[in-house]
Amino acid sequence: MGSKSTTAERPRAAAEPGRLAVVTVLAWLIPGAGHLLQGRRQKGLIFLVALPLMFTLGLWLEGRLFPLELSDPLVFLGALANRGIGAPYIIARFMDAGSGTVTAASYEYGNTFLMTAGLLNFLVILDAFDVALGRK
Amino acid sequence: MPTTSHFLLMVLYAFLVSLVFAVLLRDKPLEQLKTGGMMFGGFVGVAYVLGWLMFPFPL
Repeated sequence: MGSKSTTAERPRAAAEPGRLAVVTVLAWLIPGAGHLLQGRRQKGLIFLVALPLMFTLGLWLEGRLFPLELSDPLVFLGALANRGIGAPYIIARFMDAGSGTVTAASYEYGNTFLMTAGLLNFLVILDAFDVALGRK
Repeated sequence: MPTTSHFLLMVLYAFLVSLVFAVLLRDKPLEQLKTGGMMFGGFVGVAYVLGWLMFPFPL
């Protein structure tokens, strides 16, 4: 059981649907932005640094950003995980990064870093959503 | 050319994942440090032990 901090104990009014949508979209687009927007500075800043760093390391390790291909379920799931990171993914696509080098020794590591960054950001989005709802 | 040290990459991965989980799960800095440290130690320790257990088996 996790103990609550002073910020968690503070009663919060449940957010309106519009604000909930803004928090959720911003949390996806910029990792940590959902927390920063709600005054959770320490958490927001750590997510803002750690997740894009993880994604960048994945690109540096010559990992691949997978296409959304329904014909191959594993590639499709990998593609969904990749897209979880938001803006860094969009920027990488614009820069033509993430083509992946299958023969590189670090290729699988790169894929793991890229997908994990996206999946962790999904958890961060859910946490920001809970904070906005007043559950945390 | 990126590093090919599997151990270094595993440690880096364990650190970043532990950091994010610890910050997500705990609110107080001291608790975050404790949870993150335990998680990081668990990741690296288990990977190290599994690595040695697999050592005698050829690919």
